[in-house]
Amino acid sequence: MDNHCMAANAGGETGVREPILRMQGVRKTFAGFVAVRDLNLDVERGTIHALIGPNGAGKTTVFNLVTKFHQPTSGRITFNGQDITAKSPSDIARLGMVRSFQISAVFASMSALDNVRVALQRFRGDNFAFWKSDRTLRSLDDRARELLADVGLDDARDRKAAELPYGRRRALELATTLALDPELLLLDEPMAGMGHEDVDRTSALIRRVAKDRTVLMVEHNLSVVADLSDRITVLARGEILSEGTYAQVSKDPAVIEAYVGTDHD
Amino acid sequence: MKDARASFDPVTLAAIAAAAVLLVGAPFVFYPLFLTKVLCYALFACAFNLLLGSCGLLSFGHAAYFGTAAYVAGHAAKVWGLPFEACLALGVMASAALGAVFGYISIRRQGIYFAMITLALAQMIYFLALQLPFTGAEDGLTAIPRGKVLGLFSLDDPLVLYFTTLCLFVGALMLIHRITHSTFGQILRAIRDNEPRAISLGFEANRFKLQAFVLSAALVGLAGANKAIAFKLATLTDVHWSTSGSVILMTLLGGLGTLLGPFVGALVVVTLENYLADSGLPIQAVIGGIFILCILLFRRGIVGEAQGWVETLRRRRAG
Ligand SMILES: Nc1ncnc2c1ncn2[C@@H]1O[C@H](COP(=O)(O)OP(=O)(O)O)[C@@H](O)[C@H]1O
Ligand SMILES: [Mg+2]
Repeated sequence: MDNHCMAANAGGETGVREPILRMQGVRKTFAGFVAVRDLNLDVERGTIHALIGPNGAGKTTVFNLVTKFHQPTSGRITFNGQDITAKSPSDIARLGMVRSFQISAVFASMSALDNVRVALQRFRGDNFAFWKSDRTLRSLDDRARELLADVGLDDARDRKAAELPYGRRRALELATTLALDPELLLLDEPMAGMGHEDVDRTSALIRRVAKDRTVLMVEHNLSVVADLSDRITVLARGEILSEGTYAQVSKDPAVIEAYVGTDHD
Repeated sequence: MKDARASFDPVTLAAIAAAAVLLVGAPFVFYPLFLTKVLCYALFACAFNLLLGSCGLLSFGHAAYFGTAAYVAGHAAKVWGLPFEACLALGVMASAALGAVFGYISIRRQGIYFAMITLALAQMIYFLALQLPFTGAEDGLTAIPRGKVLGLFSLDDPLVLYFTTLCLFVGALMLIHRITHSTFGQILRAIRDNEPRAISLGFEANRFKLQAFVLSAALVGLAGANKAIAFKLATLTDVHWSTSGSVILMTLLGGLGTLLGPFVGALVVVTLENYLADSGLPIQAVIGGIFILCILLFRRGIVGEAQGWVETLRRRRAG
């Protein structure tokens, strides 16, 4: 397996061993129901870290907390050593942490190319320029095409996102996320609904893009998880059941028990 | 590389040319004053549609910006004796400022909550208009002098009034087209399609929506100010909730999110109001009935359906 240990640029002023993402005692309750229970989670820089667990374990909630779509009930979250507990979701993206969604999230009325291009607009200073023609955005087309080609969508450039089959919409979402060149990539079930071929391509793509960034990924496909991840955290009922490499985690009796009779694939 | 004007296909160009001929020829066949009214309400509806069509925000209080601009422009012309252009500018600025405040308050809410808050805020303006000394309460501002356009041509000439209004209308329509086809418009569209996704890419959705809200309010203000000068009148009707409802009706009737839809909707509604005014029939009920019928027959509005037919024809010819 690839060894994704510490990237060359790791740490900076914050020290080499600093995890890129750290959750400390993070709890989230929904009307009294504890979805995430005092979670402590470190994601090391330069790794592919998988978050697995049965449905309802709180995996998506963890993503929502980290990206600030949900405000934690208590606890602290740091990204690159910076406390982000009080940031807004759009701030999070600007800091270099970009997520994908469990339910495919694309801009339905826009073409595949425009979906990626709108993400690339983030780097421009004319986002509020209502007097400036969108034809000036054509300078982004080449980069957008490259990103689409990376996920195998070069033939679907001009098709409306709404018309694409589910698996290809997921690929489009991934291309849009990668357009922002995030330091930390959060992928919520990136391969759900994909055919065999797409799964293989997406696996290869994730491995490739993870060369110079960190990936935190929720995925039900355990062979993909085994193949890609450097580290795995197993979540159940909002708590960490087990953590380690695939070899360690898959032998853990608590994990085996939690997975018996649940609907993983 | 595509032609720079590729977004205008021949059918659209033909439609624009036909519209130009009709708009220039119309005042020699119909009453210019009636046509001026149509244009004022058409601009109102187009500016409202800017918010609904490109942002998905259904405001139920757009009469507030229409009426505020009408009162401000009327006051500036009648009491301060300012020239026509300055009156329009003041009206636009007043509604833009009001839009910035009301937009800031309402933009955080979604769907029906957004509609309710915009309605509540607009009702506040209605009561202010009823109470404040300079609005003339129930009588409104009457006998507003029209003045001259560019200081040269008297707007009391119906043809001058019509063509001035037409220029403002066309200019505003071009601006709306540019806004929806701008770098800003692209992000607005992304937010309308999927707001959480746009936020997760780092776009502060509320700031974009607020700018769209202010632009919409400002253009509605232009319609309101123009209307006050053209009809020498600013009254409580301009800020009444039924005017907010009427503009929604025009937009849906003509076709949501199409550039010409609100214009067609305004034409139909204003024409009906005009003809029904002397008939003794309950106007609101008749228009409401027609509205329901239209929604049942052509769901995408008049222009939306027409575009659908053209599209089908084109496909049949291609395939
Ligand atoms: N917005 C919410 N409101 C109420 N309950 C929620 C909300 N989001 C998640 N939950 C609950 O929290 C638990 C964890 O959900 P989720 O994080 O989606 O699980 P997973 O992604 O691991 O399948 C579930 O029981 C779910 O019903
Ligand atoms: Mg989930």
